[in-house]
Amino acid sequence: MLWKELQAMLTKSQNLPPKAERRTSLAPPVRRADLGKHRQASLRSLKKSAPLLLMAAPGLLFLLIFAYLPMFGLIIAFKDYRAYQGILGSAWVGLQNFRFLFSTQDAWHITSNTLLMNALFIVTSLVASLAIALMLNEVRDTSKILSRFYQSTLFFPYFLSWVIVGYFVFALLNTNSGMVDKILVQFGLPSIDWYGSPQYWPVILVLVNLWKNAGFWSIVYLAGMVAINPEYYEAAEMDGASKWQQIRSITLPLIMPLIIINVLLSIGRIFYADFGLFFQVTHDSSRLYSATDVIDTYVYRALTTLGDVGMSSAAGFYQSVVGFILVVLSNWIVRRVDPDKALF
Amino acid sequence: MLSISARRTGPRRYRSRKSLYRAIIHVVLCLFSLAFLLPLLLVVIVSFTDEKALDQNGYSLFPTKWSLEAYKFIMVDPGQIISAYGVTVFATVVGTIMSLLIVSLLAYVLARKDFKFRKAFSFYVFFTLLFNGGLVPWYILITQYLHLQDTLAALIIPYLVSAWNVLLLRTYFASLPHELIDAAKIDGAGEWRIFFQLVVPLSTPALATVGLLTMLVYWNDWWLGLLFINNPNLVPLQYLLYRISTDIDFLSTNPQTVGLAPPVEAVRMAMAVLAIGPIVFAFLFVQKYFIRGITLGGLKGD
Repeated sequence: MLWKELQAMLTKSQNLPPKAERRTSLAPPVRRADLGKHRQASLRSLKKSAPLLLMAAPGLLFLLIFAYLPMFGLIIAFKDYRAYQGILGSAWVGLQNFRFLFSTQDAWHITSNTLLMNALFIVTSLVASLAIALMLNEVRDTSKILSRFYQSTLFFPYFLSWVIVGYFVFALLNTNSGMVDKILVQFGLPSIDWYGSPQYWPVILVLVNLWKNAGFWSIVYLAGMVAINPEYYEAAEMDGASKWQQIRSITLPLIMPLIIINVLLSIGRIFYADFGLFFQVTHDSSRLYSATDVIDTYVYRALTTLGDVGMSSAAGFYQSVVGFILVVLSNWIVRRVDPDKALF
Repeated sequence: MLSISARRTGPRRYRSRKSLYRAIIHVVLCLFSLAFLLPLLLVVIVSFTDEKALDQNGYSLFPTKWSLEAYKFIMVDPGQIISAYGVTVFATVVGTIMSLLIVSLLAYVLARKDFKFRKAFSFYVFFTLLFNGGLVPWYILITQYLHLQDTLAALIIPYLVSAWNVLLLRTYFASLPHELIDAAKIDGAGEWRIFFQLVVPLSTPALATVGLLTMLVYWNDWWLGLLFINNPNLVPLQYLLYRISTDIDFLSTNPQTVGLAPPVEAVRMAMAVLAIGPIVFAFLFVQKYFIRGITLGGLKGD
């Protein structure tokens, strides 16, 4: 999710006086007096920070346990983990787990599925949500009720859980009873075993992903479009520019930073798949794995169903490391484009 | 010469072309919206469809025979769904409140530029967005070391601190003017009082947005149930839906109904409707605030 955008929107909404008039937020004035009393000052400032430290403590502790401790658990990938021996007691096996993992077909399947599907999602999601945002922008002043209706219906799938979405898809694709299947039969076409035919699923997953997420992104882009000064459009109309020309030369360039940030950050996450989408919507049907098995579902299955801690931890390690590199790289690029929007 | 004649006919022709564009766009958007609503409509209608009609004619928006059998079946023994609601409501309420508290306190401290360890702690928090240990160590930690499986805590604790939410709130708190805090300190207020009596009331939009998003995460969660819950009394709502999609017997524990040829397909859809019902209601009220939060930066005086 584009939190940076959300927070930018929230801060802009407060109508605070421009930065030049305000003092730097939450920064106290600098005092030159206490440069000399260094040690006393640092003890005092520690005491002064005590209540703030206490406030931050629960959050910091939580992250220590649930985020940092598991990072050390990455060593499990290099061990032959046995539950009764614990992590530290289990034997080291070097790269054995990785050798097993990459000697299988699975490793290449899951990597290519993850990368290709995510790439498809990024492209289709961008095109669809931009198109929707442009359309919403066009009719924004004609009817408030209709605008509200469109925004609500396009946005509501975002609120549903993937389990529910799985039910919806089932109602449509269920062999012999599903609505889509019934329509096929009515047209004289053969009924398709959807949950057993992997070839259709890249398209199905793209459509479902669009249905669930396009509404959210279209609102983000719409917000960007609404912020554009209408005088630009008026001037363009005076000069006889067509709608399409206006979009190409005014709207798109002005929201380009928004688009670039979004795309770059999505690419940074390209090694992580949406588990809910690939697990719930497919009903975890094993016949579809060649098209729908991604790194995340593989790690989950190897861990819980197969009990193969070695393979799953190796795949998890692989994902964490490559994912980290991609995120850092993409953020570095974002920093070159618009330093404001970078995560760090 | 040419430009004058263009100006004479231009605006009029342009205006009518403009309304044609707009009409087309409205039609397209209407069709899109109806297509988006289609799955929801289908599920609701199927839940009110007679099971035999379903078997013969499949799922349709225009069933040949309507029936309340599915809902009656669930109401004979609603224990499972009621307990699932209870678990989910509890986890959502407790989880959201605790999470908001912890996350906002942390974000506030990170927003204070006069805080000594601000840089270090910020890095500590936001590094977790870049790198994580993955599913395996996290799962082993929670089950083998913390022994949280089959507890309510397992449904609440894992989502308590989201670094994204900390980031969001930190930016918001950082935009509050420091004069307020200075003034409060001069009046002798301690840090805790400053936070709860000064900063929080000023931050209701941001806190509300984060609160709503957290609530959504807890309410929709099936992942924690999938990983950690086996006890049927602790099954949360979405996880229940997931279980019955594969095994309808999981729903019914009443020996009188099991084996009595339940209207399986219709019941599944009825369960889905009962699960989404509250969300659709809540959505109608809440989406206004979501959209406002997202677009407020853009709309000036709308």
